[in-house]
Amino acid sequence: MADRIEVLKTYKTYVGGKFPRSESDRTYQIKDGKGKHIANACRCSRKDVRDAVVTARSAFGGWSSRSAYNRGQVLYRIAEMLEGRKDQFLRELQLAGIKEKDAKHEVHTAIDRVIYFAGWTDKISQVFGTVNPVASAHFNFSSPDATGVVGIIAPEEYPLLSAISMIAPVIAGGNSCILLASETNPLPVVSFGEVLHASDVPAGVVNILTGYRSETAETISSHKDVNALFSSISDNKFRKLIDENASINVKRTEHYTPDDWYSDDHENPYLVLKFMETKTTWHPVGF
Amino acid sequence: MSDSNTKESLEKISNGSPKPTSPNADLKLDFASFWEYSPAPESSEHVKIDDRYNHFINGEFVEPVKGRYMKSVNPATEEIICEFAEGTSEDVDKAVKAARKAYEKTWSKLTGKERGKYIFRIARMIQERARELAIIESIDGGKPIRESRDVDVPLAAAHFFYYAGWADKLNYAFPGRKPKSLGVCGQIIPWNFPLLMLAWKIAPALATGNTVVLKPAESTPVTALKFAEICRDAGLPAGVVNIVTGAGATGSEIVNHPDVNKIAFTGSTKVGKIIQKSIAGTGKKLTLELGGKGPNIVFEDAPIDQAVEGIVNAIFFNQGHVCCAGSRLLVQEGVAEKLVQKLKDRMETLIVGDPLDKNTDIGAINSKAQFERIQSYLEIGVNEGAEMYQCSSKIPENGYFCKPTLFTNVSQSNRIVQEEIFGPVLTIQTFRTPEEAIEKANNTPYGLASGVWTDKGSKIFKTGQSIRSGVMWSNTYNKFDPTSPFGGYKESGIGREGGLHGLYPYLTF
Repeated sequence: MADRIEVLKTYKTYVGGKFPRSESDRTYQIKDGKGKHIANACRCSRKDVRDAVVTARSAFGGWSSRSAYNRGQVLYRIAEMLEGRKDQFLRELQLAGIKEKDAKHEVHTAIDRVIYFAGWTDKISQVFGTVNPVASAHFNFSSPDATGVVGIIAPEEYPLLSAISMIAPVIAGGNSCILLASETNPLPVVSFGEVLHASDVPAGVVNILTGYRSETAETISSHKDVNALFSSISDNKFRKLIDENASINVKRTEHYTPDDWYSDDHENPYLVLKFMETKTTWHPVGF
Repeated sequence: MSDSNTKESLEKISNGSPKPTSPNADLKLDFASFWEYSPAPESSEHVKIDDRYNHFINGEFVEPVKGRYMKSVNPATEEIICEFAEGTSEDVDKAVKAARKAYEKTWSKLTGKERGKYIFRIARMIQERARELAIIESIDGGKPIRESRDVDVPLAAAHFFYYAGWADKLNYAFPGRKPKSLGVCGQIIPWNFPLLMLAWKIAPALATGNTVVLKPAESTPVTALKFAEICRDAGLPAGVVNIVTGAGATGSEIVNHPDVNKIAFTGSTKVGKIIQKSIAGTGKKLTLELGGKGPNIVFEDAPIDQAVEGIVNAIFFNQGHVCCAGSRLLVQEGVAEKLVQKLKDRMETLIVGDPLDKNTDIGAINSKAQFERIQSYLEIGVNEGAEMYQCSSKIPENGYFCKPTLFTNVSQSNRIVQEEIFGPVLTIQTFRTPEEAIEKANNTPYGLASGVWTDKGSKIFKTGQSIRSGVMWSNTYNKFDPTSPFGGYKESGIGREGGLHGLYPYLTF
């Protein structure tokens, strides 16, 4: 009996809770370590980036005003869904030539990491908010508040783990984001969009684009409706480009290039705070 | 008269319940016909300003390498106060080297406790010389003596007091982290609160163990140089604080010096963007406190008389030279007419004039350049079709003075609504629903500060949560305190100054 012909998946993007192709209709080939074709991925255009920013902006208000408890539950749900579908991610990582043991490590760490950040949503303002003892007759307090729309530029290595490690702290703080996935292996990241879709994450809170950074990074870093950039590309020329473009509208930029994506060092609330503003409220005290 | 008062004090609001107002709520303010104000000038005889000031580098006042000097002008009289050094790359390099040496040899070796004691000394010496500093601030910058005496200088001292206490407690400030200092900080400050901005910059930098090269603004350098004397008199180790004077070109030398680890800038959004761009890819840490276009929202249920005082304080404090000024008034339709009338009446009572006079409410515009900039915005406003109102108060013939100004009939897209004027100029828009107010409030590239006036607590919180700005003044405006973090969202800046949050920009973890 002949082997069954496998049904291959068309990889698209994840924008506004939908899975559109690039408006440009362009794709590029994703290959495994030996140069063998695995799939075609969308080669997103500048217009795709701009559309994703519009979507992320419209999702921001709703997401940031959800209760911290609810955001935590939604993040926890992501981890649950990821756990349930982990075989798919193991397979996709292995397709790219990653050994089974390493793929397992990557997926498991990614799941645990989402849970870690899920737990911070309703603690961050308790730990990092303050009541300020001003000298005048005023009640004064400060608490962290989401920065807005964050552009995330993920690295090539550990495509799934690095992407999730960057998305989780950003959305835990109430931001919406656009992720430019690993160029060489965006496939598990695109599939992660399906997990997000099934996890009560409101449409547009996380948007995933694939393609060439040389085409998309310029647009996302110079876009005036993006408030912050979270980049994990260590190349200094690229860093400079990102920083220069960030100055167009005073974006906060965080260049984050850890030696070890598996390290527990990544699990800290300061990463959430990087994408939060401090808001201070005053009110007179008196009869 | 008493009849109408009783009637007014039982004025009904929309839900039908009587609204308490003051018995004189609807009387027009008219101080001038009750009494006359005699001149009440602050004596400045005991204040000594030298003819010429040099840089303060490595604990000494040193002449600029290129020997060039600039002039500082009293904006209220247009007279030259003194000359000060124009810093060049050579001077900045000397200052950075001194700061680096001080960082490595002395300051980073001191315990937090000892560092703190130096900072406490500075705080005390500012208090001791408070009146002198206040007078100089008013002469050099044009702000009313009442403000420099009661706000600028006491707050500057308070800032040093507050951060002095942090120096040996940093390990308690950041859960799970051990903070380390950065090294040499380059700091560039504006002319609107010269000594206070210096304090906002230097106090946290020293408390966290960094050394400093600071450049004051070219129109207000004198109190920074007086502060240098205080550093010297306090016995602060040489090179820990260096003051280099000059204009934008000098600031740019500091920003681009390769041995500076951190840049802190307060000033315009335009210059902030240039700084952010010029340090791109260098890994220098950056904090920016930039411009604003603060919305000040008055709901129908607000205590109107208090709100009027708040509006005046929000936009006319320090001649409106305040990045967080409440320069856009948003009034709910039902009270708009009444409120604007009360505001106009209140503006009539404002005294514009000699900054050193203790009765003065509004002093001189800081410089000729700023005066011209404000005038051009007044023209733009009129040309855009807005209605301009200025109070009838007299202004001095000499010096740069601008009457308190209102613009009504403005729309959201007008330049005078979108752009920071940095003068005593208020735009007034109306709104019907809270949602409309919030939408208008958020509709500029800025997000520094905002105000909300209402008697209803839940409305304060909902409005506060929805407005994207770093400071939210509810039923008050333009209040500052060293324990209270200050800084903007969006294009109003990056990072916070003041409070525990003000330590972050000067540390690495």
